[in-house]
Amino acid sequence: MLSIEAVTKQYNHRSQSVTGLHEVTFDIPKGDFVSIVGPSGSGKSTLLLILGGMLFPSTGRVLFNGQSLYDLTPDQRSQIRKKEMGFVFQTFNLMPYLTALENVQIPLLLAGIEGDEQKRKAISLLERLGLSDRLNHVPSELSVGQQQRVALARVLANDPTVILADEPTGNLDPDTSEHVMNFFDEINQEGRTVVMVTHDPNAARRAKRTLKLIDGTIGL
Amino acid sequence: MRIRTLVWREIFQRKNQLVTSFLAILIGITAIVSIKNITFYSEKAVARELDALGANILILPKSVTVQNYYSADMHEEVFPEEYVDRLVLSDLQGLDNLSPKLTIPVSIKGRDFALTGILPKNEFQSKAMWKGAGIFSQPAGCGVVVGSLTDNSPSKETLVRKRVIETLGEYEVLVGSDAASILEIKQGDTLQMFDKTFSVVSILPQTGTVDDSRIFTHLHTVQGVAGKGSVVNAIEIVGCCNAISQGLVQKINTLLPEAKVVTITQVVETQIKTNKMMSQLSLLFLIIIVLVGGISIANYMYANVFERRKEIGTLMAMGAGSSFILRIFLLKALLLGVCGGIGGYIAGTILAVTLGPKLAQIPVLPMPMLMVWAIALSTVIALAASYFPARHAAYLDPSATILEV
Repeated sequence: MLSIEAVTKQYNHRSQSVTGLHEVTFDIPKGDFVSIVGPSGSGKSTLLLILGGMLFPSTGRVLFNGQSLYDLTPDQRSQIRKKEMGFVFQTFNLMPYLTALENVQIPLLLAGIEGDEQKRKAISLLERLGLSDRLNHVPSELSVGQQQRVALARVLANDPTVILADEPTGNLDPDTSEHVMNFFDEINQEGRTVVMVTHDPNAARRAKRTLKLIDGTIGL
Repeated sequence: MRIRTLVWREIFQRKNQLVTSFLAILIGITAIVSIKNITFYSEKAVARELDALGANILILPKSVTVQNYYSADMHEEVFPEEYVDRLVLSDLQGLDNLSPKLTIPVSIKGRDFALTGILPKNEFQSKAMWKGAGIFSQPAGCGVVVGSLTDNSPSKETLVRKRVIETLGEYEVLVGSDAASILEIKQGDTLQMFDKTFSVVSILPQTGTVDDSRIFTHLHTVQGVAGKGSVVNAIEIVGCCNAISQGLVQKINTLLPEAKVVTITQVVETQIKTNKMMSQLSLLFLIIIVLVGGISIANYMYANVFERRKEIGTLMAMGAGSSFILRIFLLKALLLGVCGGIGGYIAGTILAVTLGPKLAQIPVLPMPMLMVWAIALSTVIALAASYFPARHAAYLDPSATILEV
């Protein structure tokens, strides 16, 4: 489903070239649950963004269902993210001025789904995450765990085939982390592919396989 | 949820930052609407005053010097009546009324008076060659506000104000108020002049000018007794004030190079100066509003884009394309512009209606047309100022916005 072929990413920092990823190659088949671990600054988040079509690699290719992502225009990559991918962020990235319900409606709005259908689907997802009594709360009125659950409901709104999660348990207490990991297990069992960047060993163990990223290079 | 919900909620989330930009555009539109509103009614008021003054352009023989505007036709120099034809057949804009005159002295009951021959308007129109051409094919009037302030009286007394009358028989006379009291005659009486009997069709109201001592009759009658042929010694014109300011006098000069064209210079110059000052003030405010309002909105929008980098990156991660991001910011600018335009129109109109009578001593009424103009101007400024910040947002690097937070 996702293939990364000899991807290198170099940054320029104060006129000096810094290597973020070096000749990284691996495949992620459909329905896989991969955790990518490594120390801070090892290039985990960079790798996730490259996989999501949001960061041009310096060299190499990223294939999504056989299509080279970076041979497409930015708007074509946006279309793929809209239909096939879902991002989960460590800081949840909810719109602070929208309610929980409206936050979940955003991907549906982007997909061009009409208001009533948006609402029905968003309510159903929030109910699944146990937030039926928090539909009209804005993020500042929700606990950290509830905010992450709203973000998880949002990620499922466009029914993605791939979920890219960046430190999804990084800001959560152990109990909430457990709920989140159960959620990932659940959606993986539904057939969705999950790629999760984490430095939490317990979370990493829940994946089917783990890739170690050290100094921009993959080790097994 | 629609895109406008997203925009509307964000505006209220960060409304404090928006206030400065909104105020900049609101104050600018308020100022320009109030100036335009007062200027419009001020111009109308001055035009009305000029209209009430009567003729404001005189055409005289080249050699005549003007000592007194109202007695400028009292001389022995003449020029052909054909000049009237040239004027009537021309396509000059702004000739509201014109009245050719020939004045000769007349002695009645041992007293000297001025007998002035005038051409009634129906004679202009009866000439087939003039029908459907020249100034009579153009709309009459100078755009003076219609209402209680205008004189709609159809009587021959309109001669005093309009300097032209509709009909006048060859042996009919209109007598100035002073002449009537000296001769002790009234409407319906008869008057003997040049061995002919004239009927007095009207006694003209007091004007305070030399016209009060005149006796008016048909031009062709006076031409007959003067024995000089088809000549006149003056043509009085009621020229529209705006047309005068736009060079009507110069155009008449070009049309009649053999004649002298004079105008009530001071009055017209004051009007020209007032109009120019108001239009310059209006232009100045337009430039200020474009600059201050535009810069303020652009500055706010750039700051807003910077502050919302994480949101933009998140939306892009969810699949929002550049056009969606562009629309979010332009829709916000549109709302800002429309609200600024409506608010500016309301505030500007209140200001004009309240201050107009105090500042310009004229009644000022609301002008709904200015609302369309205010909204359009405000919206165009807001959209133009927001375009580049919005474009910047639409092409932000999503990875940079996500990685840095």
